[in-house]
Amino acid sequence: MAELSWKPATELTGDRKIGQATLSALTPEFITSIAPFDHAAKTIGAVMKSAHGMALPAQGRMTGKAALRCLWTSRGQYFLIGDAPADPALAPHAALSDQSAAWAGFRIAGADCEAVMARLTPIDLRAATFKRGHVARSDFSHMMAIIARSGAQQMDVYVMRSFAKTAEHHLVEAMKSVAARRNSEIVT
Amino acid sequence: MRIKCPICGERDRREYYYVGDAIALRRPEPDAGEEAWDDYLHLRDNPAGRTRDLWYHEMGCSAWIVVERDTLTHEIYDTGLASAVTKAGE
Repeated sequence: MAELSWKPATELTGDRKIGQATLSALTPEFITSIAPFDHAAKTIGAVMKSAHGMALPAQGRMTGKAALRCLWTSRGQYFLIGDAPADPALAPHAALSDQSAAWAGFRIAGADCEAVMARLTPIDLRAATFKRGHVARSDFSHMMAIIARSGAQQMDVYVMRSFAKTAEHHLVEAMKSVAARRNSEIVT
Repeated sequence: MRIKCPICGERDRREYYYVGDAIALRRPEPDAGEEAWDDYLHLRDNPAGRTRDLWYHEMGCSAWIVVERDTLTHEIYDTGLASAVTKAGE
């Protein structure tokens, strides 16, 4: 069978540092949507634990480690993101769909990551309310996005792949604006 | 205007899509007759005061939410998942 491949969602390669924020592309090998069936609402947690060694996250949270994480992504839906697809053991308990090529991910890191994100989304992403391991669905420059805090000074943003260039553009503009107000050196 | 999503918490109005009167949750039986269906499809009150409508958390968690609010004061009294309302048979 032919091995299908896809081009990266953006032309962003390596780290792009502007002021005190650094932008990079996230290119997880697999993104699988896990939508538990009604009848499995109570049992899916244990199956997830034995299949992937991580709990199914609570609303607005993520579980797992950097290589493979499970994010709550909306009502009745989770995304398993990382180096493995969902274990087939989950199939009787949830609708699984491959979303690997459907999303474009960005990582914004550094001291100004909150200030940059504050320009792009209406929700409060400051560390006091949006802690490491928290996930939110919200408006990101008028695009539907998944926003996660993956580190003390690090946020991950996923938008639908067709919005990749727009998201990158808005992120870079926001980074430039924040850097300009800090009188940091702007590298374009 | 900020609306409390039962799942995500209080969120900006721009995350939502307005869907209309919550009467949509009370679909008549197929044999309810022309009058009931005409009413359900076309006739809407236009209250100056309390109203119940459906909002869709389009930019957020994709939940359908029933919002009880006041059209005069913009006060929001209560919000709940539409699925809970339908299950309760209201």
